[in-house]
Amino acid sequence: MTNKPSAKVLVPAGALGIPYDHAALDAGLLEIPDLIAIDGGSTDSGPFYLGTGTSKYSRSATKTDWAKLMAARAKAGVPLIIGSAGTSGADSAVDWMLELTIEIAKERKENLRIATLKSGQNKSVIIKALDKGLITPLNPELPLDKKTIKDTTNIVALAGVEQIQAALDTGADIVIAGRTTDTALMAALPISKGCHKGGAWHGAKIAECGALATTNPNSGVILMSFDDKGFTITPMAPDATATPETVSAHMLYENVNPYILYEPGGYLDVEDAKYWPVDEKSVRVEGSIWKTTTPYCVKLEGARFVGFQTVSIVLVRDQHYCQHIDDWKSALRASFEKKAKISGLSDVSLELRVIGQNATLGDLENRQSASVEFGVMAIFTSNDQLRSQEAAKLLNPDLLHLPLTKHEPMPTFAFPFSPPEMNKGALYEFCLNHTMAIDNPMDCFTLEIHEI
Amino acid sequence: MNLGQKVRKIRSKNAGPFWLTIDIFCHDKSNFQNIKRRLNTHAIAQLFQIDVPQILRFDIEALNVIKLSFPRPHIQGNAHDTDMHGASYATLVEELLLD
Repeated sequence: MTNKPSAKVLVPAGALGIPYDHAALDAGLLEIPDLIAIDGGSTDSGPFYLGTGTSKYSRSATKTDWAKLMAARAKAGVPLIIGSAGTSGADSAVDWMLELTIEIAKERKENLRIATLKSGQNKSVIIKALDKGLITPLNPELPLDKKTIKDTTNIVALAGVEQIQAALDTGADIVIAGRTTDTALMAALPISKGCHKGGAWHGAKIAECGALATTNPNSGVILMSFDDKGFTITPMAPDATATPETVSAHMLYENVNPYILYEPGGYLDVEDAKYWPVDEKSVRVEGSIWKTTTPYCVKLEGARFVGFQTVSIVLVRDQHYCQHIDDWKSALRASFEKKAKISGLSDVSLELRVIGQNATLGDLENRQSASVEFGVMAIFTSNDQLRSQEAAKLLNPDLLHLPLTKHEPMPTFAFPFSPPEMNKGALYEFCLNHTMAIDNPMDCFTLEIHEI
Repeated sequence: MNLGQKVRKIRSKNAGPFWLTIDIFCHDKSNFQNIKRRLNTHAIAQLFQIDVPQILRFDIEALNVIKLSFPRPHIQGNAHDTDMHGASYATLVEELLLD
């Protein structure tokens, strides 16, 4: 009689850098997991992090949290894996995470085998794939040509279970993966061990945000037990409970479709999944289906440089100006356009957003209210930081003093800072929403071993 | 009463950089059936100034949730985007008055 396949994955938190219950992590280690897995990023903080390949979280906080997980790994004697390292999972972010890991290992006097799985894409390879018709747009369709690809600062492909499995198969103590789907990170090991594929992918989706699928999201730590039929989720904190509702509701979270999840090499269908309580803490899920699709496709993410921005802020408290804020905004724009033309700065674009009016919802705002005060945020964008700053300085006297009519005494508005303008640095934008077909899952990923 | 006052919670969130998804959590089965019947997808399309076919709507009976997904008003983080995480769009739906 053969043993039934099984795998236990301990997930400390929804992402490295998010607080979790440390006692719950210790409790999780006692359950003898096969792997400790944590997500390191996503696109949710915006295109800057992929554009620059830098981390959203501070180096010191990341190091502190990662050191705790490395200590937990050593205690449990099982591999530790992080995916989408350094927020974006770009190659430079993987290098940053590797550097931190080596630094911590030296401080802990640990010898380790570390695998890095890089997801960064060579632009010329992507251009060739585009020429060969291997790149397919997703909805909403973004225009894609060679120039767009050349303009990107980073392109990553999202790894699936095959690439994560290859990294785990190296026998590494720690795997630092670049961009991966959140789910592949947790699904790879159970699938390697022969667990139910639908259950593995579904459990992975539920686990990717840690204890968000429980009654106490801030506790972080959950244990995922996979087997030949499905999975069981058990939160590790004493004050956290998983219920069929908290678990199934997690399929709504940041998902376009609550039933179907597209992944490298196929998709997960949970429409017929059944959820039931096992005991007071745990929920059992079975009935999820994995469908393999061909050709094998990976999703691409890319960010390109758009320009450098400078932002000025002025506060308007005068009630007459508050009542005529749209007129004042138009007057500012007209004055800027005139001055920019004279100064040869017409290439600098100006966007004026009125805080207190519609700065949050823009054109979709459908309410109007009399406001005590307004903030006017002037955003200058050009391909040169100094030109954006120069344009902001050009508008400075108007932001401070522009009158609505010629014959009124000169008004003075409130600058909260000196100077009122701030150089915001580079603006990036996401410019790829595409998949790429590849022959072999490892074709566009790089696996390296580092013995330290 | 507006929609936000009739249900348990309304949440909006990015579903990747290109999509917005709105989850309307109803109190119970009868509240769900009532809201499901009265919430016209057309009203949501009007709020977001898009066409009805752009909206994917899921009436999820098992969770008493109505889910609406559609392309973001602006791609996340581009020069014109005003809300990086897309969470404030829920207020528009909360303030919707049902017929």
